[in-house]
Amino acid sequence: MKRILFALLLSAGITSVSMAQSAQYEGAMTKQIAMLDDYNNFNPQKLQELANTFERIGAAEKTQWLPFYYAGYCNVMNAFLEKDQSKVDAIADKAAADIAIADTLSPKNDEVYVVKSLIASSRISVDPQSRGKQYGMEAANWQSEAAKINSENPRVYILQGQSLFYTPEQFGGSKTEAKKKFELALQKFSTFKPASSIAPHWGERQAQHLISQIK
Amino acid sequence: MWKIINLNLFALILLPVCLMAQQKITGKITDSKKRPLPGVNIAIKDTYDGASSAADGTFSFTTDLKGEQIISVTLNGYRPFEQKINLSNPQVYNIVLKEVISQLNVVTISAGSFEASDERKGTVLKPLDIVSTAGAGADIVNALKTLPGTQQTNDREGLFVRGGTGYETQTFIDGLLVRNPFYSGLPDMPGRGRFSPFLFKGTTFSSGGYSAQYGQGLSSALILESQDLPERSSSSVGLSVIGASVGVDELSKDKKGSYGVEADYTNLGPYLDVVKSKFKPSVNPEIIGTSANFRRKTSSTGMLKFYGYGNWTHMGTYHPSLEYPGYNELFELRNQNVYTNLTYKERLGRGWRISSGLSFSSNTDDIHTDTLEKTAPTKINNLSSLTQARVMLTKSIGYYSSLRMGGEYQYGVEKGAFNSYHANYTDNYSAVFAEGDIYLTPQLVGRVGGRVEHSSVLAKTNFAPRVSLAYKMDAYSQVSLAYGDYYQKPEQQYLRFKPNMDYMKATHYIASVQRITGNYTLRVEAFYKKYHNLVKTSPDTSNGGTGYAKGIELFWRDHKTFKNMDYWISYSYLDTKRNYLTYPYEVQPDFAAKHTFSVVYKYYVPSITTFFGATYSFSTGRPYYNPNLPDNQFMTQKTMDYNSLGLTVSYLTSIKKAFTVFVLSVSNIGNFKQVYGYRYSTDKLRREEITPNIPRFIYVGMFMNFGIDRRQDVINNL
Repeated sequence: MKRILFALLLSAGITSVSMAQSAQYEGAMTKQIAMLDDYNNFNPQKLQELANTFERIGAAEKTQWLPFYYAGYCNVMNAFLEKDQSKVDAIADKAAADIAIADTLSPKNDEVYVVKSLIASSRISVDPQSRGKQYGMEAANWQSEAAKINSENPRVYILQGQSLFYTPEQFGGSKTEAKKKFELALQKFSTFKPASSIAPHWGERQAQHLISQIK
Repeated sequence: MWKIINLNLFALILLPVCLMAQQKITGKITDSKKRPLPGVNIAIKDTYDGASSAADGTFSFTTDLKGEQIISVTLNGYRPFEQKINLSNPQVYNIVLKEVISQLNVVTISAGSFEASDERKGTVLKPLDIVSTAGAGADIVNALKTLPGTQQTNDREGLFVRGGTGYETQTFIDGLLVRNPFYSGLPDMPGRGRFSPFLFKGTTFSSGGYSAQYGQGLSSALILESQDLPERSSSSVGLSVIGASVGVDELSKDKKGSYGVEADYTNLGPYLDVVKSKFKPSVNPEIIGTSANFRRKTSSTGMLKFYGYGNWTHMGTYHPSLEYPGYNELFELRNQNVYTNLTYKERLGRGWRISSGLSFSSNTDDIHTDTLEKTAPTKINNLSSLTQARVMLTKSIGYYSSLRMGGEYQYGVEKGAFNSYHANYTDNYSAVFAEGDIYLTPQLVGRVGGRVEHSSVLAKTNFAPRVSLAYKMDAYSQVSLAYGDYYQKPEQQYLRFKPNMDYMKATHYIASVQRITGNYTLRVEAFYKKYHNLVKTSPDTSNGGTGYAKGIELFWRDHKTFKNMDYWISYSYLDTKRNYLTYPYEVQPDFAAKHTFSVVYKYYVPSITTFFGATYSFSTGRPYYNPNLPDNQFMTQKTMDYNSLGLTVSYLTSIKKAFTVFVLSVSNIGNFKQVYGYRYSTDKLRREEITPNIPRFIYVGMFMNFGIDRRQDVINNL
């Protein structure tokens, strides 16, 4: 009897501890993601701070993939924003390190692959002539891997659209094809339900913005 | 028991209250030079509590935690820092982060070598640069002729480097020697390289001081590293005024293996019907080329590769006879060449790596010469084959240092027939080498090694020590020194008749300074090379020749100053003399020019997706032999200066789903007269100029590549 009581008490204790942790986690993540969703924070300094915070949350939680996912996302966005080409690789490496942890914590995750695709694309700007082929292929591969896992993920189509949008026509790029992809992405957004309030949900605004640039 | 539990519960309930008192933690993060570091992640380890440092390096945050904790400080590019702190008596934390020594900050041995690689950072060239150099016609060696140290010897086969002959440059694919890297050519009309630059992910051109891994090249080594698996399957078709090509590259479903086959056919006949060459062709010049490759990942780190090619050439000319004016000399050549190369690479654990290879190659030249109606025809048949095996073990020591050791064995058969006269020999050549790249600090590396070689035909053994030193002064600049002994067997045509000769020998001394920032490269290199035991053919065939070469070379590349434009400039000053073959004493040889200068210019116009490329090369006149002059004026006369301007325009487009390039390439667009030397008749009364057979070549072609998703190829602002 005593033993059962003790066990009950113990398990109640554990539950309450993990509940407490979860509450802190959800709260912290919600707050950071709200900041990330705010377009005013889309600058290198803020993104770095957000990446740092996500990394701290990830290090404390240990088993959650989302903090590392967001840290990788913030870092890769910084890689795209970096103007000094010689620094891009180091930032992309950092993003890749974050996303590698997310990948181990949550294998075969389409959202993780989306960021992997972004990381490959970010490296092209360092030397487009030499790198275009290799990293362009790698980015495309991650896009198709992500689509295989979840063809309803709108971000996959945004990335495909972006590739078409930024590739010159003679290399197979096409603004009209890009527009179709963005429209498809927006259509997927209308039915897309993030798994939770803190699950990845970015992209709708980007798609709308890019569509508005296509006449 | 209940009491205890109640007590515990009580404690648990009260605990958060005790923790409510918040602590403020502040400090500043700097680098080792006291510069503030922004964006640093400061955390109480494994908790949510922490902050990022501001622009001035300062940070501040509050925590509910108490007691002993660990503060963790991280920033990309710096070593992570951790320290135990006691939150009961907080203080100001001023922390210095040390920079991580990245690949870019570690010195590499660079004296004497130009490397083109996508994988390694801080290289001077990219593989694409070789393909896109105007006037080079996608020939590796032609492109390398725009780099310092090389000569514009376009009348002879091979790469002439720093006062050395073409024979003194050796070509290696994945460590294995290529015995005949050039197509057989006609007299004064050298053949181009046999392999496509697209096959290689890395090209290292060493103009001296190269590693003990490689031997049997007195002057220079061209080290080619083959591609790994392709990113995807593709096929290609090429069409030009001189021929056609097709190719398939297939990546297996599991993405662990691939194979590729290629075939091309070249026929200069139709072109020469329109544009007359200096000498009338006796047959339409034809080349059939085929190649195949197979690659397989044997594990996550192991790779097995096969590469092989077979080529058939048939060409010939009528050459107005110098000896018998009014008559024609016929020179006709049939060549068959096969090269195969099988390599295997794997990590063995504990820092050991193995790379090994097997290769077989064979080359047959059937030459038919005839001064029509005047002399009896002559038939020359040369057959050479080479079988080789090579193993190299590499052991990594610490972060950067490594040790290499290995051995190779070559079995060479040389058969020569001149009409009914035969001169054949075989050679068993073996070599062992060992070399260490020892990093005393990440900025200072020394390479010490040596090579022992034995050749059965010479029945002699040599030992060649090699030493290099490189020191990195800052993130961009480094100085290097190199010294080494290089041995090489005399050429086949001499060994055939006199087998028991000695190795020729060259000793290199090189000093170089280079500065590579992201967009600029500046390199200055000075060298001194001493030749011993060069082959003399007069009065007797012997190793009595001597020589030296010294010079200074400059290289400047800039792809930043002008938008969409990239250019490089090379200048070489060469002072060389040698006494070899029939020379009576040491003179500047007939293949060496004192000043050589090249400019390579590349410009891209995005609006019309067209690349423009131009290559200008200049060299001062080369000495030539005039038999009418007395002996003390041997080779004192020089040819006119050499000028060459090549232009390439490539238009990139897509036709249906195929990535397509249209190429227009014109060599010697200014139609400059180019004289490489003079040849005299035996009676010394007549002479002829040695000039290009086709002074200006116009190439028009298109290349289509069909891939699965080609549009990913070039993304963004190309």
